[in-house]
Amino acid sequence: MTTRIFGSGIRRREDPRLITGQATYTDDIKLPGTVHAAIKRSIHAHARIKSVDTAAAAAAPGVLAVYTGADTDGVLNPIPCAWVVPDSDVKAVAYPAIAKDVVRYVGDAVAVVVAEDRYQAEDALELIEVDYEPLPVTVNPEKAMESGAPQLHDDAPNNQAFHWVAAGGDPDAAFDSPEVVVKDTIIQQKLIPTPMEPRSAVASWLPSMGELTLWSTSQNPHICRFVTSLVTGLPEHKIRVIAPEVGGGFGSKIAVYPWEMVTAFCAMKLGRPVKWTETRSENYIATTHGRDHVEHVEMAATRDGKITGVRSVVYAGMGAYLSTAAPGIPTILHGLMYCGPYEIPNVKAEVYGVFTNSTPVEAYRGAGRPEATFLLERMIDLLAAELDLDVVEVRRRNLIPKFEDGHDIALGLTYDSGDYQLALDTVLDHVGYTALRREQARLRQNNQYMGIGVSTYCEICGIGPSQVAGAVGFGGGLWESAIVRFYATGKANIFVGTSPHGQGEETTFAQILSDELGVDVDDVEVIHGDTDNTPMGWGTYGSRTTVISGAAIALSARKIKDKAKALAAHLLEAAEEDIEYEDGKFFVRGSPDQSKTIQDVALMANVAWNMPEGMEPGLEATTFYDTPNFSFPFGAHVAVVTVDADTGHIELQKYACVDDCGPQINPMIVEGQVHGGVVQGAGQALWEGAVYDENGQLLTGSMMDYALPRAHLLPDIETLSTETPSPHNPLGVKGIGETGTIASTPTIYNAVIDALKPFGVTRLEMPLTPERVWRAIHQR
Amino acid sequence: MFATEFTYHKASSVDQAVRLLNGNQDAKLLAGGHSLIPLMKLRQAAPAVVIDIGGIEALKGITASDGVIRIGALTTHGAIERSARIRENCSVVAEAAAGIGDPQVRNLGTIGGNVCHADPGSDWPPVLCALNARFMIQGPGDWGPQGTRTLPAMEFFTGLLTTALAENELLLAVEVPRLATNQRAAYAKMPHPATSFSVVGAAVLVSVEDGTCTAASVVVGGLVPSPVRASSVEDALVGQELTASAIAAAADRVADDLGDDVAGDSVFASADYRRAMAPVQVRRAISRAAGLSRD
Repeated sequence: MTTRIFGSGIRRREDPRLITGQATYTDDIKLPGTVHAAIKRSIHAHARIKSVDTAAAAAAPGVLAVYTGADTDGVLNPIPCAWVVPDSDVKAVAYPAIAKDVVRYVGDAVAVVVAEDRYQAEDALELIEVDYEPLPVTVNPEKAMESGAPQLHDDAPNNQAFHWVAAGGDPDAAFDSPEVVVKDTIIQQKLIPTPMEPRSAVASWLPSMGELTLWSTSQNPHICRFVTSLVTGLPEHKIRVIAPEVGGGFGSKIAVYPWEMVTAFCAMKLGRPVKWTETRSENYIATTHGRDHVEHVEMAATRDGKITGVRSVVYAGMGAYLSTAAPGIPTILHGLMYCGPYEIPNVKAEVYGVFTNSTPVEAYRGAGRPEATFLLERMIDLLAAELDLDVVEVRRRNLIPKFEDGHDIALGLTYDSGDYQLALDTVLDHVGYTALRREQARLRQNNQYMGIGVSTYCEICGIGPSQVAGAVGFGGGLWESAIVRFYATGKANIFVGTSPHGQGEETTFAQILSDELGVDVDDVEVIHGDTDNTPMGWGTYGSRTTVISGAAIALSARKIKDKAKALAAHLLEAAEEDIEYEDGKFFVRGSPDQSKTIQDVALMANVAWNMPEGMEPGLEATTFYDTPNFSFPFGAHVAVVTVDADTGHIELQKYACVDDCGPQINPMIVEGQVHGGVVQGAGQALWEGAVYDENGQLLTGSMMDYALPRAHLLPDIETLSTETPSPHNPLGVKGIGETGTIASTPTIYNAVIDALKPFGVTRLEMPLTPERVWRAIHQR
Repeated sequence: MFATEFTYHKASSVDQAVRLLNGNQDAKLLAGGHSLIPLMKLRQAAPAVVIDIGGIEALKGITASDGVIRIGALTTHGAIERSARIRENCSVVAEAAAGIGDPQVRNLGTIGGNVCHADPGSDWPPVLCALNARFMIQGPGDWGPQGTRTLPAMEFFTGLLTTALAENELLLAVEVPRLATNQRAAYAKMPHPATSFSVVGAAVLVSVEDGTCTAASVVVGGLVPSPVRASSVEDALVGQELTASAIAAAADRVADDLGDDVAGDSVFASADYRRAMAPVQVRRAISRAAGLSRD
């Protein structure tokens, strides 16, 4: 066989249409007779709605209708929270599609205008008069729980959305009289995901059939269909959700939002297709944010640097309402990661979910795991400083030794496989760690400030299995399904329930099938994103798509191979047990010229002229795959920064990383995922932050103020890998979509703190703006 | 992000543009569109009439004559950045252009549109002021000398987002004096990471004879509503040998020139911090001009 397709860095097959502008996004859907919705949003972070006067707007040119909360109340059910974490007293407060009595954040909807064109709708918005009675505002998650803080919801006293505790070992005893303890308060600032494509929805209602079609910028159209059914009351089989091309999500397109539901409501009321597309300004206030934790953390250790305990009290901001998956993120996906790649015997995570007068918080690339990794990597550096040990040495003394099939951690999870030491050694060798430390010492002599940051991490990916989903209160399953279908011409489709939106799985999935059955990659097309023509699936998030859908595809391919073998045996007039398969060919053992290709078999199976007794026609297979456990990718990252002491400006000089996602189906796509992830994590460390004033107004409401990473601010990212297969799925793959984000924030943060060591600086808040760094250096 | 309704005119000549400008109430000129269009989309500007001058070829291009480089108002930042004529005769102008926004912005944004918008974060105002550039303005009246006037750069910028340009006038070109052999210029700034806008910037032009500074022009921008000439710094430089310590001492004097009117706090940089950064950027600009550093 020539080069194996599994493992080839072939170009992404989706790119030509994306690069040439031929892709169809939701906003590109143009149905005859479409009218346009625009949403009137609250300018107050907290206020009672005294009245909404829509008369002038309703009379404006081109306006078909103006609806308020009074119109949707009782017609649209409240937006449900789908992840009610058990034993944590989750307050699933009412989340109305349009606010009727109280608005709770800047961006909460108070009315919707539908007009013949979008400009008319926007003009009419300005004519709506809302009389507000402003109420006191609270935006900081810790302060919102203090007594006397303004209250958002009557049924959530102290703004407590939930209270969750996870513990392993005997954490409190570990802190009784530890040899060493380090403490910190870590602020995980609120972040705005900023996918390139803002959110959009198009709804079309066919009254004669009672059928609703909803095009939506969703990472998970089947979940969207399920929730749409709950909110609208329409039966699920009468709803079709289509996620056409989706231009990035980073978690912000997991949730089912009120405004897709309002778009559907308008279409059903008016009998016309309705389109709603948010503006970028709207995206910044009304599409979910990420992170927003205040964390009080302690780490206990022995004098020789062995970690004996970690515990935290975390205040996790939820924003004004509980978004679809929100409660699961600071709990299951955060607290259960407190061991990281280390042997930590005693662990406790205590997490308060807190309502604040701000945009709801959801998953954001990494979702809980970046916060957990940051916490560990930050505390280990503090411990190293306390013990006057090198940061690498402390990590070495605590890393879990190599294991190939299962390692139990104190928090009850069983890691799949890992060789953390190898990843660390590989990245340190690559950057020349010892030489870097010498260079740092030399520069310091000249009052030049270079810093080296190191992180080792492991994370949860391949989110599943369904049994665990049920146990942790996730309101759905976490299995996936895949149909592989061969046509008479030997070409094939793969139908999946996941919904890739930038991750390149139209390529990697085709590579899996190609590898399994020898069909050319170009003879395979991957179909996803439409609930009417794809099998059930739970969506693309949590680095689960390749792991779980990929496994389902491989297993479907193997079923097809079994059938093909039987059919080939029949056609070759040989016994099935004498048929061997190699490189797309089925042949009689010892007589390779007596063979049938997969294409030959596909033709016969489809025409069915000559089938073995009892064999059904057709060549396709469906697999419902539920993973037996999560997968746990891991790695080690190193960053080198310099700090300009006069200005506080940080220059990211070098970034190198080793990530282990198991066998790589397409190394180029893996590298791209790592690049993007590292850059997004760098954004949190250095530039990004949603900042509110005391009135709950977002001060970073545009790309002019919210600084996203830009290419010229970044060095080349040097990507390396090790390969430790996961024993938990048929392909051994672990997931790569979030590792970069998870590891790079603490790596860069640690590098900056390291650079500032000569100034005695030990902590800073993110983002590490020049002003913060300069003030720390000059103690101003 | 949806502008209010407006009437659109496309002008094919300066003459026509000026006539349209004078014949319409509440009209705005559209050049590269990088200031006006975002303001209109945010509904912070809602002109009744937009006059698109983007296609007027006479306003584009760079010419040199009589010790002066003339940059047409519609010349893009990118064209300035890449101009060999600019690089040879006044390279600081090309360097300043290269630091604006990003390649997409530089390929569409124009020097004229930029200076007429007079954003405090723009790089052109302090640079053109330090270089003693002159602004050629066309007013109503016949196309020709009768309708034109010229202003020194320092007089063109009058305050936050305001210029000396009357509502019925149009900027034709900016003229930058070619540097003499004993003159050196430099620009240093702290860029905002989101936009590359100047948070604090300093532009410097020094004349040096026999190792001594004989004349200095120092202008700061970014942290002030409109460019401020740092006369204290200039005075401290003249007559000095441009050593690192002399430069640092002179740069510290910028505090005396700034007054109270420092552009307000932002999430990225507070007014206090911007003020503290002014001597740093002034020092760096002078050091570069004096050939002492490239940082």
